Amino acid sequence: MSARELWRLPARALATAVRAGECTALEAVSAGWDGPAALWERDVHAIAHSDPGARAAGAGAAPSGPLAGVPVVVKDNLCTHDHPTTCCSRMLDGYQPPYDATVVQRLREAGGVVSGKGNMDEFAMGSSTEFSCYGPTRNPYDLARVPGGSSGGPAAAVAYGLAPLALGSDTGGSVRQPAAFCGVVGLKPTYGRLSRYGLVAFASSLDQVGIFGRHAGDVALLYALLAGPDPLDATSRASLPPDVSGWDGGVEGLRFGWPANLWREGVEAEVVAGLEEAAAWLERAGARRVPFDFLPGEYAVATYYLVATAEASSNLARFDGVRYGHRDPAGHDLHALYTRSRSAGFGAEVQRRILLGTYALSAGYYEEVYLTAQRARARIRREYEAAFSRCDLLLMPAAPTLPFRLGEKLDDPLAMYLSDIFTLGANLAGIPGLSAPVTPAAGGLPRAVQLLGPDDGEALLLRAARALEVRGERARLDRSHEVEFAWPTKR
Amino acid sequence: MAIQRDEVRRIAGLARLEIREEELDRIAAELSSVLDYAGALKRLDLAGCEPLSFAPPAAALRADEPDGRCLTAEQALAMAPEAEGGFFLVPPVIEGQDP
Amino acid sequence: MAHEAVIGLECHIQLRTRGKMFCGCPAEFGAPPDTNVCPVCLGLPGALPRANRAAVEAALRLGLALGCAIREESVFARKHYFYPDSPKNYQITQYDRPLCAGGSLPVGEAGGERRYDLERLHLEEDTGKSSHPVRAGDRAFSLVDFNRAGVPLLELVTQPVFREPAECAAFLAALRRLVRWLGVSDGDMEKGQLRCDANVSLRPAGAAALGVKTELKNLNSIRGVERGLAAEIARQRLLLEGGGVVGQATLSYDVEHDRLAVMRSKEDAHDYRYFPEPDLPVLRVVGAVLEAARAGLPELPWTRAARLVGRYGLSAHDASVLCEQRELADYYEACAAVADERLAANWVMTEVLRVLHERAGSIGEFAARVPAVRLGGLVARVAAKEIPGPLAKQVFGWMLDEEGGVDELLARHGVRAMGAATDLRPLVLEVLGEHAAAVAQVLAGSSRTLDFLVGQVMKKSRGQAAPQVVRELLETEFARRAAGESPPRAPRGGP
Repeated sequence: MSARELWRLPARALATAVRAGECTALEAVSAGWDGPAALWERDVHAIAHSDPGARAAGAGAAPSGPLAGVPVVVKDNLCTHDHPTTCCSRMLDGYQPPYDATVVQRLREAGGVVSGKGNMDEFAMGSSTEFSCYGPTRNPYDLARVPGGSSGGPAAAVAYGLAPLALGSDTGGSVRQPAAFCGVVGLKPTYGRLSRYGLVAFASSLDQVGIFGRHAGDVALLYALLAGPDPLDATSRASLPPDVSGWDGGVEGLRFGWPANLWREGVEAEVVAGLEEAAAWLERAGARRVPFDFLPGEYAVATYYLVATAEASSNLARFDGVRYGHRDPAGHDLHALYTRSRSAGFGAEVQRRILLGTYALSAGYYEEVYLTAQRARARIRREYEAAFSRCDLLLMPAAPTLPFRLGEKLDDPLAMYLSDIFTLGANLAGIPGLSAPVTPAAGGLPRAVQLLGPDDGEALLLRAARALEVRGERARLDRSHEVEFAWPTKR
Repeated sequence: MAIQRDEVRRIAGLARLEIREEELDRIAAELSSVLDYAGALKRLDLAGCEPLSFAPPAAALRADEPDGRCLTAEQALAMAPEAEGGFFLVPPVIEGQDP
Repeated sequence: MAHEAVIGLECHIQLRTRGKMFCGCPAEFGAPPDTNVCPVCLGLPGALPRANRAAVEAALRLGLALGCAIREESVFARKHYFYPDSPKNYQITQYDRPLCAGGSLPVGEAGGERRYDLERLHLEEDTGKSSHPVRAGDRAFSLVDFNRAGVPLLELVTQPVFREPAECAAFLAALRRLVRWLGVSDGDMEKGQLRCDANVSLRPAGAAALGVKTELKNLNSIRGVERGLAAEIARQRLLLEGGGVVGQATLSYDVEHDRLAVMRSKEDAHDYRYFPEPDLPVLRVVGAVLEAARAGLPELPWTRAARLVGRYGLSAHDASVLCEQRELADYYEACAAVADERLAANWVMTEVLRVLHERAGSIGEFAARVPAVRLGGLVARVAAKEIPGPLAKQVFGWMLDEEGGVDELLARHGVRAMGAATDLRPLVLEVLGEHAAAVAQVLAGSSRTLDFLVGQVMKKSRGQAAPQVVRELLETEFARRAAGESPPRAPRGGP
């Protein structure tokens, strides 16, 4: 394969080529930048910070390992010592941390190379990547549409070919929804499986680092390298992570839940058709459909926006212009330093959520608002536990719509929040979820479904994702059968 | 739960955010609509539901040993908007006065 | 109308651990600014806290010593307020589910202690330090150092059980002794290792309801606690007796100038927005950890003082003095194991404490120089009347700077202890021979003249004779003379 085509390779194949000396790590890392990025990046704007020098240094340090020379786009809220980490907020513009997030460190130890920092909604608050202080990311399948969010940059970068893998964060669907909008696989692991150390916190009890890939097998590869206890994260699970090496083992005999009451209204017909297609593929591969009703998503939305904003209001208190970050020159006394720096440093959506969260925690409302939401969360988790006593996986939409147009929901926060209605539940319950593409909708827009599993159900999710990748054809399940990715075409 | 302008002012004060007078109504309305929506939780039967927390099976405590993660003063101050002589610089701190 | 004060204390105890509460940075005092910091204690984006096992164990030790109920599952919480020395603008502390609740601290001498009830004891992290404003040109600013940020603290809150400032001072001294006794803190108030705030209200004497309280901050010495409270009580009393009312407020006391200043009034009361810290799991203290903490607990100072009274027949006061420090009590008991217990107590309390005071040393340093058995050996010789007190004190002085046992020291300094009567009898006869008039007065019944003669013998012995032995010899001699026996002839030559 010519160096110009290296960017098309799955991560596993690329690492093999590097280890075999068929190409250098630097060639592997540069291929996406020299090839597809030259075509797409100006329009799509998937990357917030890139640094050829840091890439070259990273490639130089990564000649071996299971990810040898594999470029990985890292969302801009994961700390990297060699690239800025700004959460795409004016507040952190220019900030470069003195340390690597644990997942980034593990990525590098495995031979992976940071390809660039993915654009995102400011502090991961948003569902469209329109709230980045560096400007929006666009969907490579239709530049008038959003890539989803908040990890829209990493999702779009993987889709157009900059890198075969990316790291994002998923607090309420921020990996699964953009993965769905960009036609790639997006995994949100079980809470506590991927270290949060070095992930700039949005909502600590909901945040989870997630993985984007063009293929289920690549996602499994990266998951296996990153998952596991981290002594630096007290909320990381102490036990060994699930073994995902059998990701091409098929779904024979598995039962998938089919909560059709959830899409009886408010869900686009194209999305529902995608669900039917996925169900048929899973059945073709030997899985069985178990229909039942499930708790409507409105409760999850309500619960989520109270819990997440409360925690966010607290996590974002540290941004005050004293130790790092934006300091307003007019802050002559301390109060002015705080209020001016924060009001100028944070965008409107971030401020809106800080206000809501401050309200939820403030005297007189804590019990009625925050505590009620935490109790509702237990109720929601119980609902999932009940479902998983009847089935192995749940199949449902990743989002109620196909990718929407830029600007479409900017002025209506509630409408924007509702685009996460199907993804929030997994974060509230702490369970793993994955979105996987099915055939594109009419007009070529990506279309996807979401799979949810019980705690530590990552292996099942990846097996189901692989089954969908081969359209349920059991004969093609085995990893030796390569599947061509549905690349976007430049119009 | 309709939020009033005064409430927005109070919350903004707690959060150290500056809100222009002309924005108060809009923000009050936005927050109110989200809270109205959240009112749906009242319809959920929460009997027997304790607030959820994910406690890992063994709450691991850290051994009392140096972990080699200390920064040098130079690193610590590298991102500071203003620093001098190893210290971070801030406007005058007056004891007893809430900034 | 007479008013009585009701006082509750809030004490902060800095724990003596190697690392900080939630990260591995050194918890030491006095490093150059911003050098003992890491992403966690500097509150950098993305950093996460991890609780220090040693701090939890220290909290358990103190909680068990105070008889608190230990909560099996306690919860860390975030307390929010913006302040430049607070790296995250929230403090990780414990709120509605603290590690320890209830309990009490006994204060006073053995047998007469008064127990002061506690409300709670919980773990939290310290803040950094911001300087007083400094001027440079036309600007003023403060300097912030985060070395102290994240150092483990225990907050102890008492019930409103105090009536007098002196009680509070005694409580604080007892608390300081206990934390040092348990090795959980150095308790040095000057270094801020022990800090105290107080809630004070006045009410008509005998009333059940509490009056409006004020909070008094920065009482950072025992003297400051006593004087600050006295000043605040006087202020409130003046207000109430003048028909006024006390307003809820937070005040700070300046001990230098004996001045109170209002820091904050009720209107700007805080809204701390506590909620459970989502970055830390529930703190689970399982049976084994608790049992280990219980097993590792030393005999407590008040129990030990009572035992010293019962076992060695010491007075309550002496027992309390000896139990002021655990190492002192250990030293005393090791000494008492080889010598007369009461005499050993006297020696430790007078001689040893005097040396510690004069040399500003610790009992540990002292014991390294003069181990308890060495002092005990000396005290045993004194008790056996083999060495007179003044000589023993001289020997003790040599012990501080020289090696060797009692006899070795005596020999090195060319001194022979004149404890035995056979050594002293020639001196006695010599003195009697030189002071015939005095002898006659004694025979006529003057006891003061006997004292004079004792003094003369002592002088001749150059202080090396035991006065009691000299007195006994003289008395025997006079008894013999009164009975009409003739005195033996004085031998020639002195000792």
